[in-house]
Amino acid sequence: MVTRLAAAVLPFLAFLGLSPLLLGAVTRVKSLFAGRTGAPLLQPYHDLRRLLGKQPVYSRTTTWVFRAGPLVGLGAVVAAGLLMSFGGAPALLPFPGDFILFASLLGLSRFATALAALDTGSSFEGMGAAREVTFAAFAEPALFLCLVALVRATGSLSLSGMLREGLPELWRAQGPALLLAATALVVVALAENARIPVDDPTTHLELTMIHEVMVLDHSGPDLAVIHYAASLKLFLFGALVVRLALGFPFSSPWPSLGVFLGGMALFATALGAIESTMARLRLDRVPQLLVAASVLALFALVLLLR
Amino acid sequence: MTLPALLIAAIVLTSVSGLLALAVPRRPALGQALACAALCAGAVLGSVAAVGALLAPVPPALTLPWGAPGGALALRLDGLSAFFLIPVLVVPALGSVYGLAYFPQARLGRKAVRLQILFGLVTGAMALVVTSANGMLFLAAWEVMALGCFFLVITHHEEREAQRAGFVYLASAHAANLALFAMFALLARLAGSFDFAAMTGLRAAWGPATAVFVLALAGFGLKAGLLPLHFWLPGAHAAAPSHVSALMSGVVLKTGIYGLLRVTGFFEAPPASWGALLLAGGAVSAVMGVAFALAQHDVKRLLAYHSVENIGIIVMAAGLALLGRARGDAALVFLGFAAAVLHVVNHATFKALLFLGAGAVVHATGTRDMDLLGGLARAMPRTAALFLVGAAAISGLPPLNGFASEWLVYLASLRTVYDLGPVPHPHFAALGAPVLAFVGSLAAACFVKVHGTVFLGHGRSRHAAAAHEARPAMLVPMLVLAAACVVIGLFPAALLPALAGAAAQWSRVAPEALVGPAASAGASAVRVSVTAAALAAVVLGAWLLRRHLLRRGPLGPPPQVETWGCGYSRPTARMQYTGSSLADALVGSFRWAFFPHRRVLPPRGVFPRRALYRATVPDTALERGIVPALAWTARMAGRARSRLLGAVQVQALLLAGGLVALLLWLALGGGAPW
Repeated sequence: MVTRLAAAVLPFLAFLGLSPLLLGAVTRVKSLFAGRTGAPLLQPYHDLRRLLGKQPVYSRTTTWVFRAGPLVGLGAVVAAGLLMSFGGAPALLPFPGDFILFASLLGLSRFATALAALDTGSSFEGMGAAREVTFAAFAEPALFLCLVALVRATGSLSLSGMLREGLPELWRAQGPALLLAATALVVVALAENARIPVDDPTTHLELTMIHEVMVLDHSGPDLAVIHYAASLKLFLFGALVVRLALGFPFSSPWPSLGVFLGGMALFATALGAIESTMARLRLDRVPQLLVAASVLALFALVLLLR
Repeated sequence: MTLPALLIAAIVLTSVSGLLALAVPRRPALGQALACAALCAGAVLGSVAAVGALLAPVPPALTLPWGAPGGALALRLDGLSAFFLIPVLVVPALGSVYGLAYFPQARLGRKAVRLQILFGLVTGAMALVVTSANGMLFLAAWEVMALGCFFLVITHHEEREAQRAGFVYLASAHAANLALFAMFALLARLAGSFDFAAMTGLRAAWGPATAVFVLALAGFGLKAGLLPLHFWLPGAHAAAPSHVSALMSGVVLKTGIYGLLRVTGFFEAPPASWGALLLAGGAVSAVMGVAFALAQHDVKRLLAYHSVENIGIIVMAAGLALLGRARGDAALVFLGFAAAVLHVVNHATFKALLFLGAGAVVHATGTRDMDLLGGLARAMPRTAALFLVGAAAISGLPPLNGFASEWLVYLASLRTVYDLGPVPHPHFAALGAPVLAFVGSLAAACFVKVHGTVFLGHGRSRHAAAAHEARPAMLVPMLVLAAACVVIGLFPAALLPALAGAAAQWSRVAPEALVGPAASAGASAVRVSVTAAALAAVVLGAWLLRRHLLRRGPLGPPPQVETWGCGYSRPTARMQYTGSSLADALVGSFRWAFFPHRRVLPPRGVFPRRALYRATVPDTALERGIVPALAWTARMAGRARSRLLGAVQVQALLLAGGLVALLLWLALGGGAPW
């Protein structure tokens, strides 16, 4: 009983605990590509601890919306984590149609962040909010097309059911379609998490940022919450891609959790490699990239419906 | 008291409520309070009747004789009617409470008295429309509602904007009536009677049935504001007082949806093409509605376009339900129908909330132009918070009611992706899900724009600086509506059994076949509620943690500084991002559909003095379609008009001759059809 409970809860705890590590691993891979030693793998944890100990500074213009933004953003991402299966066990709260709630919760976190950005009255943050909602409007249909293709391929309406043990056979039978959907999913993951080629998380020029510029005025614990929520979101999308790509069985919880975490390490490496070898796209090209992802996912759906 | 008696009492009480103010002409405040109390009492009675009807095993009905040819005073409260009746009565009741502060008779005199009388009359007529079980009665009530709304739109009849909007509305309402008269005449022909009971179970044969469907789509689509028949809607909603806009957008549009569902419910096994047409039309309406909304500056026009969007979502769901009936898939019927009806109720709550909130803003600042507002969350924090609830709900964000109904639309649309049984499934309908995702994220973008521009940041003009919080009589109705948004969003599972019953009556699928899908959707909906609880718990926990960290800190309360502006410390409100710039990139991707009116004075010279950029996006259907077409028709008609035929005497002769010919045809052909 206790073992089963642990097997169900541990992946979720790994999600909550290891997300900053994923970010640290990506940074490490990037520094290796650049020929630097780079920050330690655990640096994101130190950053979070440092920020939590700092006193925040609030702009005179802001209201409660500004202070609520990070909290709602974090709550929505954690709640979305309840619906995701991380390997080793199904999700904590799986149900038919849960992926719709999953996507909507991520939408809620975006809504809260964008409103908090506008609450400062800053032009930079207005630009960031505008870009965020614009790109999200193109990313969302692509994400749904991928998920609809998965619904068709697996016959299940829940994330845990889509990413279940039958995936290896499905890859053999429907390989090309799943490959198209997975590619589209990777593009959506890059866009939703503000990574290169859509956004550069390390840029220092306000005019060119997207996600980072929306949080310019947040500081102290608020900024810690935002960074943590961003790492959780990256972990969620990483889990989606890894589970789809690896497709391993649930039946033995501990090995499959291990395989999953190994997959996440691979994901971090791939992300670091993409970020090190690609340039950022011009802002007006981003919607085109996302529409291309939608088209790929649509092809996947057409192949599956054939 | 029996349920039909309660219903009749509600209809009579609401219809005459406004007249009560005439009884005490010297005390206008008391008169308005009386009228409002009568309307609220009527709404309570009617809601009790509706809830009772939903719980009753057999729909309560009542038939009384009526002298009109083919007519009977037949009322019937089945599940569909009951679900429409509640918002149709409750939203106007809340609107009239709002009117106590927003449109006081003590200050505005006869204009407000007239508005109150019509407000009650339209409410009663709508209640009759959604409960009548006879075509003649339906048409009579429909006409009263349509004309009452015309007078409500031209409440500010001295303004040119209201005159124009009122005229466009009147013309479109009459075009709709024409289509509906023809449709009911055809239906009565097919069924042999104007009674809905006789029309039920008609065969959806090619020919007359298609004509009925097309006429219903035209007539009810014009009322509901389905693209491209929405052209009257932005102007009318913007020109009317805000509680009238809430009434019209929240519930009057829904009578069009009611009619569409009612008429399609008459037919057995409607062809799949009907469902496909509704699904496609709804999708176009949803996408283009929200696209036009993004391009607006006027907060009420923007909300009006969101009605077009939401009507589109409802029609998509109705189309899916019809597809389910065509394919004999009970679960699809349930999901589509429940999604459509629940979204009707939900849209009535959050759209009324948003219009009332926008009204409070207009009342406080005197302008509807969002780019002149800003920072109102300081002056009117309660309005801002309530508006935010509505904004999140209309964007389909969990855990509010907009998500609950859109989630059902997604499920219905995804159901078509499987192969179920021997009948081929309409897989194309699965594309409804990504379309809905697109619409949802555009709506979220639009409401980030609205809330961010109106309530957050710095005030952009003297209008914003003069704002004040809304009066309690305006806040209470908004609070009730916001509470409804939250409660329905948290517990959607509670409504699903009643929706399944209504779906069974509408589609005449065996109720037992719908129990299973309703139960499984209900079980999932409970898990949505659990996830919402987890969300709330995490937010609360993070809030407590932050409070603890801030308390513990040795540095005292957080310092208050200027917003970061790259070191520039004297920002002005004009440096802020405007709503137009926020939406610019998204509007740009719909540029092919817009024909903006632009006025641009670019900065010139080395020391530019004054620059100006002003762009408005008028309605493409009205400006590029209807108006040129009508102008062309008028020109052609002018050419065809001859001097002889134009004379009054000749016209009278032609009229009389035509009448005689028709009577002869009837007499020789064996009398009237009924």
